[in-house]
Parts: sequence; C-alpha cells; structure tokens
Amino acid sequence: MPLLEVKNLKTYYYTLSGVVKAVDEVSFSVEKGETLGIAGESGSGKSTVAFSVMVMPPPPGRIVSGEILLDGKNIVKMRESELRRKVRWKKISMVFQGAMNALNPVYTVGYQIAESLTLHGGYTKREAGERVKELLEMVGLDPTIAKRYPHELSGGQKQRVVIAMALALEPPLVIADEPTTALDVVVQAQIMNLLKKLKWEKKISMIFISHDLAVIAEVADKIAIMYGGKIVEYGPADKVYTEPKHPYTRLLLKSIPRLRGPIEKLEYIPGVPPDLRSPPSGCRFHPRCPYRLDPCDKEEPHLIEIEKDHYVACWLYAKR
Amino acid sequence: MMSETSKERILSPDEVLRVENLKVWFPLKRGIGDFLKGIPRRYVRAVDGISFSLKEKETFCLVGESGCGKTTTGKAVMRLVPITDGRIYVKVPKTVAEDLWVLGADILSGNVLDLATVPDRAIKPMRRVIQMVYQDPYASLNPRFTVRQILEEPLMIHGIALSREERIEIIAKILETVKLVPPEEFMERYPHQLSGGQRQRVAFARAIIVNPKITVADEPVSMLDVSIRAEILELMEELKERFGVTYIFITHDLAVARYICDRIAVMYLGKFVEVADARRLIEKPFHPYTKALIAAIPEPDPENRKHYRNLRIRGEVPSAVNIPPGCRFHPRCIDFEERRNELSEHCTVKEPPMLEIEKDHYVSCWLYAKR
Ligand SMILES: Nc1ncnc2c1ncn2[C@@H]1O[C@H](COP(=O)(O)OP(=O)(O)OP(=O)(O)O)[C@@H](O)[C@H]1O
Ligand SMILES: Nc1ncnc2c1ncn2[C@@H]1O[C@H](COP(=O)(O)OP(=O)(O)O)[C@@H](O)[C@H]1O
Ligand code: SF4
Ligand code: SF4
Ligand SMILES: [Mg+2]
Ligand SMILES: [Mg+2]
Repeated sequence: MPLLEVKNLKTYYYTLSGVVKAVDEVSFSVEKGETLGIAGESGSGKSTVAFSVMVMPPPPGRIVSGEILLDGKNIVKMRESELRRKVRWKKISMVFQGAMNALNPVYTVGYQIAESLTLHGGYTKREAGERVKELLEMVGLDPTIAKRYPHELSGGQKQRVVIAMALALEPPLVIADEPTTALDVVVQAQIMNLLKKLKWEKKISMIFISHDLAVIAEVADKIAIMYGGKIVEYGPADKVYTEPKHPYTRLLLKSIPRLRGPIEKLEYIPGVPPDLRSPPSGCRFHPRCPYRLDPCDKEEPHLIEIEKDHYVACWLYAKR
Repeated sequence: MMSETSKERILSPDEVLRVENLKVWFPLKRGIGDFLKGIPRRYVRAVDGISFSLKEKETFCLVGESGCGKTTTGKAVMRLVPITDGRIYVKVPKTVAEDLWVLGADILSGNVLDLATVPDRAIKPMRRVIQMVYQDPYASLNPRFTVRQILEEPLMIHGIALSREERIEIIAKILETVKLVPPEEFMERYPHQLSGGQRQRVAFARAIIVNPKITVADEPVSMLDVSIRAEILELMEELKERFGVTYIFITHDLAVARYICDRIAVMYLGKFVEVADARRLIEKPFHPYTKALIAAIPEPDPENRKHYRNLRIRGEVPSAVNIPPGCRFHPRCIDFEERRNELSEHCTVKEPPMLEIEKDHYVSCWLYAKR
C-alpha cells in the first residue's frame, strides 16, 4: 500500500468572479521513501495540490471531491480536530512557498521552532529546547542560531529553519513547495543536498514542487507534470526526462538553458497559461500546442498508461 | 569647455562605455554611541573597484550571488546611486552631448563624458543613452497606469514626440516590436491584466522606446517561469539586431548567461574574480568561485538524484560590511583550505592581482599568480 494515494482530487476556489478549477481530477501516489516531483507553470495548481494534501485549502478554496488516502485512510473526510491531533505536522508537513519570508520578525527562530513542537507535538518547553538544537543540527545549522531573529539570517539559513520546522515532529511525508525558488544557485544546490540527505538518512518521503524541471531532477524518483489544473504526464523520472511524451513536457524540457552541449535555440511555450475559471475545451493545452489534432479542442484526452507506470493524457497517444 | 584630457582619445571607436575602478560604498548609520567612542563610520562596500569596457552591440554579463553588487553596478551606470570613486566613460550622440554641455557637463573629445562627474541636473538627457530594465516585472511598472501611459511617459519626458497622434503611433510600433499584438488592445491594459512575461515585454518596450545605446537588464528573466524565459531572451536578441543596443545583462544563472552573453564577468563581494569570453569561461573556468557557481547549476538529468552535488564551496556570502582581508573569497574557498600551508601567506593577507592568464581571459586568484 502506498504511503499516500490521491484519487480524483478536485479543489476549486469559489471566487466572486467565478469558480477557479485549480485542481481538477488529479490522481497520484507516493510510496514510502519515494519523492514525487510536481512540475508546471505558475498557476497550474501545484500549490493547491499541496494545500489539499494537508487538507487545508486556502479560502475561498474547497476540496470538492476525491480521496486522499494516507496509509489507506481517507483524510478528506476526517474532522478538523482529528486532522490536527493525528495528521497535520505529525504525518504530513509542508514547507510553504515563500515561508522563509513569512517567519515572524519579533521572535527568535528557536522560539518559532519550539512553538511548533509545543503546539502540535505536546512537548514541554524544556524538551522543546533540546529538540530545537537537534533539528538545527539536522538541517546543517549551528544550534546557536536558535537565539537569532529572522532578519539576522541569510536566505539560505532561513530556508533551513523553515525545513527544520517541517521536520519537527518527524512526519513520514514532507511537502516542499518551491523551496529554492527565491534562492541563489549555490544556496539552492546546498538546500538540495540537504533534502537528499534527509531522504537517504531519515527515509523521508517527499512531494517536491517546482516550475523548474532541472531542480526537480535533483530529488524526484517520479514526476507529475501539471498543466491547467490537470496532470498531463506522470511516470518514473528516468522515463519522463529521457522519453518525454506529452508535447507540454517536451517543450518544458527544451526551454531549460543548459551549461553543456551545443547551444541549440532555446524553445519556449508561446501564449499564456489558461484562465482556470473557464479552461479551454478539450485538451487544456490545445491553444498553445504545436501538435494539435482534430479532436484536441473538442474532447478531453484522459491519462492512459503507454508503458509500465508511465501515463500521458494526449490524443497523439490515444486510440480513438 | 573642453577639458585637459580632451586631446587623447578616451574610448576606442568600437567602445561605447568604459568603467574604471568603480566604487560604490553606502555609509552605514552611526549611532551616537559609536560617534562618542570614536568608532569610524563603516560602509557597505557594494561595488569595490571594478573595471570593464563595453563594445558596441555586445552583451556583457555580470554574474554572481545575491548581494555581490550586480544591481548596484547597473544603478551606478544609470547614476541612480552616488559614485564613491572611479570613472564611467560613455560615448553619447552629438545632439545629446550638446544638451548635456548646456547643462554643465564636461564633454571630452569624441563626445565622451565621465558619468561619474556629470552634475545631477544633466542626468535626465543621459536616460536617452542608457536605460534599465528591472528584475521584478510586478514592481517595476506603475499599477495605476495603462500600458499606453507607461510608454507615453518617456516620450513626453524627453520631448520625443510632441503630438498625441505621433506618440500613439510610436507606441503602437514599439508594442508590435515586443510582440504585444494587437497593440490597440494592449495599450489600454493595466499591468495586473498582463502575465509576468508580458509585463517584462512592456518593461523592454519602455526602455527601448527612447532608442538608447545601452540597456542594463537586471535579471529580466529570473522571476519568470523557466518555460517563458527563452521568449524574453529571444526578444532581447531581436532588439539588439534591430536597434543596435548594447546590453549589460545581470544574472545569477550561468546557464542563462551562456545563451545570451558575449563576455561574462563573475562578481564576488563587489569585485570581479574572473572575466572572459562567455563560452570559454563556462568551458574552462579558473577561479574556484566560478567553478563552484558552475557546479551548482542543476540540469534536467534524472541521474543527478542518485548522488550529492559536489560543490567545493563553503557557507554563504558574508556581509559587504565586513569584507574578509586578502582574497575576499578565502573563508569559502576549498582550494585555500586544502593548500593552506602553501597559500596562507597570500590568500588571507593580500588581494590577488587580476591577471590575463590566457588571451582575453582574466583571473584574480593566487593559484595563478606569482607568489
Ligand atoms: N541603498 C543601499 N544602501 C545600503 N546598502 C545597499 C544599498 N543598495 C545595495 N546595498 C547593499 O550593497 C550590496 C550589493 O547589493 P546589490 O543589490 O548590488 O547586489 P546584487 O548583486 O544585485 O544582488 P541580488 O542578486 O540580490 O539582486 C548588498 O550588500 C546590499 O545589501
Ligand atoms: N486563494 C485563492 N483564491 C482564488 N484563486 C486562487 C487562490 N489560490 C490560487 N488560486 C488560483 O488557482 C490556480 C492555481 O494556483 P496555484 O495552486 O497557486 O498554482 P501554482 O502553485 O502551480 O502556481 C490559479 O489560477 C490561481 O490564480
Ligand atoms: S491532446 Fe492534442 S492539443 Fe493536447 S497536447 Fe496532445 S496533441 Fe496537443
Ligand atoms: S586567492 Fe586563494 S582564497 Fe582566493 S580564490 Fe584563489 S586560492 Fe582561493
Ligand atoms: Mg505555487
Ligand atoms: Mg540585484
């Protein structure tokens, strides 16, 4: 049984200007010790997936339907009190997008980590103090940093603090939403090394989210490519990077500037991502797709398994 | 009003700008206590003595981590920050030179002037020669202005088109150039009605509309999704072809630099550590910091998940207030650490000289200097 299994998840935002179908019939799973990478452009629904798995869709968002099975138990149906007692931060935790800039400026970082321990983990103050030191060391920081305030830390140090908070109660599954997007390349590489260490030494399962497939390649065993609220390709990293099938995945990969090899013309994806209040009919990628076929703007392609564990939703591969 | 130096030629015919030993130091606020204790004023040494020259239609790249002084260098060339020391020679068109002369700027031979000494009141005409595009497409455009108003502003400031009809015509043309078509539709949109990539197109349109010689592009793609970065880079190339713009391109990503830059200067804590042809610098880097920057860049290869990345750099950039003595990179340098016996008399004591170790390839590191 996978650690996490998400089935046909729909999460919509009920805004005044319409219903935003941010996550629309999304399914995936994460095995124990495995890292799933979710890639896609901004607005494709990655963060909404992350919040949904925490069962805390930001208002006016709501999980409309679908199941989120953690160790086989559907947590969507759980009462808020039970989620708080048993699931959130203990079983699944999250490094929020931009969290390092959301640290509270008036408290020391040690205090803020300890707070998550006392609040969610039932630690006493003294126990929490000890654990904070352990956690800081685990993420490669000097324990004396506990006494410092967020503004006294560099971007990389703050991001490590935020990761320490997510690890506080040793959850088996950690979601990291664009954890390196605001960081410099060197610091980004250092943080990715840290995530690898946690994955290998602590056997943590992860959902790693980024718009950059190059960064995702650092940790992900399995890849889900999102476009316009849907997963359009899903499969083992070795397959998705080397034999991408969906036109969107192919273009995403060709748009990455490379350090080595011939300087080919970089590709880009012309046009703009869809407005998820009224997504395009048929395949949501059809207005931007260079390969579109006859049925593309009318009928929606469904995910089909084209080889073992490798799924793609595109009419190029579907038998009609 | 020609000055003494006017006899000699300051910029060669293909040079459009030359920066010599530029320093930009920002004074830190000093408490009364510091004052009473006689603690001297301290400075953020954002740019600490850099030199480079720009050839016509070249793309010169400044690469380095956050806080190393890239933006400050760009702002210095725009005269948006006070220049502490150094010279910034720029060649300007004759008409602009005349305007500047009237405003009291010292014009040297060949219509060259030293931007570092140009009086504040003469900065405005300089904007027709040097423009800047900023990193954050969300913050750099006035949210209360339509695209038309945003583009009309520079035309009015510089008196480029006097009638409204003329201005609209120019704006329509520039919008077509940056591929925001149909222009009539985009003219009446507000920035929040545009995607990040479209906003960056407007930002380039606003810079290019005054037909500048030089454009400083400060991380114009780093806030954009990877999938649309190439679109903006391609636009930059087109603008170069069409209008002959020379770029100073600022980025922290060497892989991006490889696609757009002719030459690269790697910057660390306010200084250049290596300057070379873009491809040579990436293929054959010498400086330990350049090597670390290259080693840090992720590539879409699933094999990378199987091993740690070998970074050969320690910690993070220190503050530009407390610049380490000797080679400012030494606290993070693994080469220094591994060869401490041999290097310690140099690396921690004296700044390494900038040497040309291969043709047009400059490196500042004691590993390559006579010790
Ligand atoms: N107006 C200012 N007053 C004081 N210090 C400043 C000012 N502007 C910049 N600095 C400091 O100067 C140094 C260089 O900053 P700069 O913005 O040029 O770096 P950068 O290389 O562009 O970094 P980034 O990649 O983050 O954009 C930093 O230490 C910064 O904090
Ligand atoms: N709190 C919210 N209220 C309304 N719409 C939202 C909210 N958060 C996200 N959205 C919309 O949902 C869609 C998916 O957003 P998000 O999950 O943040 O995507 P990503 O993380 O891939 O950038 C977008 O159209 C976005 O504008
Ligand atoms: S279904 Fe059609 S439009 Fe969609 S990605 Fe495949 S070919 Fe392109
Ligand atoms: S001069 Fe010394 S410390 Fe500086 S980069 Fe070279 S080896 Fe390292
Ligand atoms: Mg997001
Ligand atoms: Mg900057």
